[in-house]
Amino acid sequence: MKGWIAFWNIFIKDIRTYYLKPPNISWGLIFPLSWTGMFFIRSGAGLESIPEVLPGVTALSVLFGTTSMLAVTITFEKKNRTFERLLLAPISLELLMLAKTAGAILFGIANGFAPLILAGFAADLSGLDPVIFFLGLVMVAVVSAFLGLFVAVAVQEVFEAQTLSNFFRFPMMFLCGFFFPIEKLPVFLRPLSYVLPMTYGVDILRGAVHGGNKMAYGLSFLVLGAFCVGLFFKSIGNVRRNWII
Amino acid sequence: MAPIIEANNLRKSFGDVEAVADISFRIEKGELFGFLGPNGAGKTTTIKMLTGLARPDGGTLYLGGIDCTDDPKAAQHLIGVVPDESNLYPELTGLENLCFCAALYGMDKSRRQARARELLDSFGLAQAADRKFGSYSKGMKRKLAIAAGIIHRPAILFLDEPTTGIDVLSARQIRQLIAELHRLGTTIFLTTHYIEEAERLCERIAFIVSGRIVRIDSIEHLLQSVQGKHMMEISWANPLAHGENLAQAFPELTVETLLPGTIRIESDEPIHVGVLVRFLEEQGGHVLEARRIQPSLEDVFINITGIKGESMRNEGGRGA
Ligand SMILES: Nc1ncnc2c1ncn2[C@@H]1O[C@H](COP(=O)(O)OP(=O)(O)O)[C@@H](O)[C@H]1O
Ligand SMILES: [Mg+2]
Repeated sequence: MKGWIAFWNIFIKDIRTYYLKPPNISWGLIFPLSWTGMFFIRSGAGLESIPEVLPGVTALSVLFGTTSMLAVTITFEKKNRTFERLLLAPISLELLMLAKTAGAILFGIANGFAPLILAGFAADLSGLDPVIFFLGLVMVAVVSAFLGLFVAVAVQEVFEAQTLSNFFRFPMMFLCGFFFPIEKLPVFLRPLSYVLPMTYGVDILRGAVHGGNKMAYGLSFLVLGAFCVGLFFKSIGNVRRNWII
Repeated sequence: MAPIIEANNLRKSFGDVEAVADISFRIEKGELFGFLGPNGAGKTTTIKMLTGLARPDGGTLYLGGIDCTDDPKAAQHLIGVVPDESNLYPELTGLENLCFCAALYGMDKSRRQARARELLDSFGLAQAADRKFGSYSKGMKRKLAIAAGIIHRPAILFLDEPTTGIDVLSARQIRQLIAELHRLGTTIFLTTHYIEEAERLCERIAFIVSGRIVRIDSIEHLLQSVQGKHMMEISWANPLAHGENLAQAFPELTVETLLPGTIRIESDEPIHVGVLVRFLEEQGGHVLEARRIQPSLEDVFINITGIKGESMRNEGGRGA
């Protein structure tokens, strides 16, 4: 019970001080939307291709939104020492890290809804399966948040967190089927796609939007779940080893 | 009764730097214990090990009877920590900071608010309750950090150099607050590099130098070692007269030059002021002041550690 009071207040504080700040809200949107715009211009595709593009844009919004925020809520707080206060609190590291990522997960989910709402005005999304879409979105947000966590605890400076994030984010944009189907990748790159979690996230969302998923939902959810568990515990191990000096 | 803090042979290195070499001590419940040493002695590292922010390389540690040697979080519910540098949120107000810290210890909402208000009042920060912490002065920041450290009424409070780098008035208020907390029964572990502060506040002191405790004793016992000594400070206006000449002429005295034209004299026998003043006047010095001083903890510290006292004096200097 006491632990949950701490959890809830860490979560609420982060939402108030970070996630509801306008510059941060825009972070996860501007980048993916400009990419989408570029895609339309480049391919000359019309509005009818929106359902095709929506899953990738959604996943990209979530990925960029969450990972950029964790660099602030964790790396920045570590740098200015306020994170020390959290480490002094009598709650387990697991609960603490869940509290610190919960805000990012919620933020990611919210980011994921923005392209959906925009698409809803411009295209017919009647084929969309809301339950699968929502579950997929949640899973993508969780795995992105834990990826961000992994990066945030691996570095000392905020700019390093952004740089290291890009090291994951940009390859994922090309390899995970955000915009270009994996089948169009050179054969030797394809195995790489299948060891990146976003491939499975995008596939679920694609299935939910227009039924075009290449893998069974069960498999994708399972793989994403495994990534979440692995990244989370790896991150906690890093904190335990490197931050409790 | 078992000690509330028991540290046995704690060690901690950072690469080649041996921050804490081998430290053992026991602190009883309700004690105000001082950890006194120069910068870089290993005080902060010791506090980090005691509070779960650093893992000892060796040794054992018990807080409130709980073995924290391998689990740095095991006793964190018992302790409050005021770090050497602020770790509160600059973008939150004073009140929000306190309520947030209270929540970290699982206090429910109504108790958080009441306790935060109470502390803001008693620390003289009620006016600033709704101002952002980032806009506070250094003294106010330190006071709020102490309030945050005791918001959950911890049994043990760790204070890392609580009066370093703040104005004299705030420092005095903070010393009063610490004395009051001690009176109310909180066990306090305080580090400082101000000898005078340790002497005024603490009951028992450990002198720490280069990661080792060189002496650990009550203030009373420590002062006994210099009680029989006679000490004077003499200053004169013409610095042509040198303290060294005096030292040569009176080999039975220990003479330390504090500044050009100011010396401190120490002796086991009563000091004959007149003879010394006459000697200095003959040398061309115009004696301005000759005053007897009570031997203090500073002299004990110098005797034991061989470290000069200057680096460890309060901004206000040595005084009554
Ligand atoms: N995180 C760290 N990494 C490397 N060296 C450190 C670290 N923390 C402290 N030290 C070194 O350990 C020694 C003791 O430092 P510290 O405990 O901060 O001393 P004090 O608090 O008494 O001034 C110093 O030489 C300091 O440079
Ligand atoms: Mg220190």
